[in-house]
Amino acid sequence: MATETKSKNPMEVVKRVGNRMHDSQAMNSIFRPGSVFRKGYTDSPRNRSYVIMNNVLYHLHPVKVKIHAVKVSYTLCLGGLSFFLFMVLTVTGVFLMFFYRPTAEQAWADIQTLETAVYFGSFVRNMHRWAAHLMVLSVFLHMARVFYHGAYKAPREFNWVIGIILLTLTLLLSFTGYLLPWDQLALWAVTVGTNMMGYSPVLRTNVQFVLLGGNVISGDTLLRWYVLHVFLLPFVIVIFMAIHFWRVRKDGGISGPL
Amino acid sequence: MGEIPEHLLKRAAERKAQLAAEAGGAGASEDASAGSEETTGSERTAGAEAASTDAPVAPVEEAPVRTGLAAKVPEFLFQRSKNRRAVLSGGTPTSSGAGSGGSSAPAAGAPPAGAPAMVGPDGHTHRLLTVVKSGSIQQTKAEAQDKVHTWPHLLSIELGAMLVVTAGLLVFSIFVRAPLLGLADMNQTPNPSKAPWYFLGLQELLTMFHPMVAGVTIPGVALVLLALTPYYDKNLSNKPENRKYAIAMMTIFLIFWAVLVIIGSFFRGQGFNFVFPMKDGVFFEL
Repeated sequence: MATETKSKNPMEVVKRVGNRMHDSQAMNSIFRPGSVFRKGYTDSPRNRSYVIMNNVLYHLHPVKVKIHAVKVSYTLCLGGLSFFLFMVLTVTGVFLMFFYRPTAEQAWADIQTLETAVYFGSFVRNMHRWAAHLMVLSVFLHMARVFYHGAYKAPREFNWVIGIILLTLTLLLSFTGYLLPWDQLALWAVTVGTNMMGYSPVLRTNVQFVLLGGNVISGDTLLRWYVLHVFLLPFVIVIFMAIHFWRVRKDGGISGPL
Repeated sequence: MGEIPEHLLKRAAERKAQLAAEAGGAGASEDASAGSEETTGSERTAGAEAASTDAPVAPVEEAPVRTGLAAKVPEFLFQRSKNRRAVLSGGTPTSSGAGSGGSSAPAAGAPPAGAPAMVGPDGHTHRLLTVVKSGSIQQTKAEAQDKVHTWPHLLSIELGAMLVVTAGLLVFSIFVRAPLLGLADMNQTPNPSKAPWYFLGLQELLTMFHPMVAGVTIPGVALVLLALTPYYDKNLSNKPENRKYAIAMMTIFLIFWAVLVIIGSFFRGQGFNFVFPMKDGVFFEL
């Protein structure tokens, strides 16, 4: 077109705005110079590399992976799915936090309200609970998978230790969350669970006292476990996950074929 | 030592086929060229063996057809080497080299006007150190192909797995409600009282051992032993046939816990007594 008149055709307008956005400083500042979001993507080995290299996923994945590592039957995606479930739990958990107050007087009633008076309240709570159980299962199965592949052997010994810490943290996260609904199931399951802690060697009932915020489970326990559940344990587990993922890459990626 | 990688076998097979084709094709091309042009036929086959002819009999109008490895060498190099031989043997170089080999090839005669300072005895500005067979030097392109691009091969699988899990979770959450019993009451102990399912193995142990053993010692030792596995398992192999003992121990360990959890979950009723779920009902909440 020699004379460029600005068309009022909606499709043309969308295209024009799209082009302006594409060339804008804002867009260029968001995406790295080699990003396919800036250059466009046509399938080529070079662009396949650029997708990873100019993406935050570069923290998790190298540009190329061993061919046996992409076999679903090798990993069953268990480690990745554990991480994904953690993210699902974070999102649904934040939603639940909007409607929940961790006091003995309000906690149970808040859950009742959430279930009956909040859009998708019941659904999101269901999702949070089932995803939590599933995550315990997937982390556990991931550990079994890694063991049966002998993937804990040198140079991955330390990452296995990190993995056991992550398994423990997952169990603790699940257990602290178990108390929060403050119903009979929560109270007595935690009572059974924490009674055993009173038999710790040396520290004896001190462990129990610190964890419960008293000699028996009370509103203080609820507050304490709430803070552990929504802040401290997620904070710690994210740090260990970061180390875990970093070591997977540093130790040469996923372990070799059998 | 493992087997030979597939890509090496493939490369070897290709090379063998190529050599066989060349050996068969050389005789055929000789006949064909001799038949088509009688005057230059013999020279042309010699030219295929890296231009080993003497001074040219007649100016070559067009580039001779070269086969095999010689086909990959630029024409002007053949021409230049031919000219050089002619100069050394006292003859005059043919001028047709520039025409047949391309205008970019430097003329092999006197130094051109305005030549740079680094000029050899014959006016050459460049020297060809060697011509090697392709494939005899390291090929950077043909790397071992035991890797694939993360995108799309791995990422698409991960995306698929996430979608499957998300879909399953959504459907399950729509139809199965999370339990919410009555308000917590310290004065009313439900019968039975059960820990979360993943601790029911420990609770099951409580029926057999002192709480300090069942609740602290056994899980503590198990966890430490599990964490230290790589430090006392000195077996370097990861092949299942070489680590039967480790696999047996782990399987026993996992089955032990699984059985305890299942018993604790489904086979324990009121008073944490042994029951049969089919007969006495299930006393289990997730």
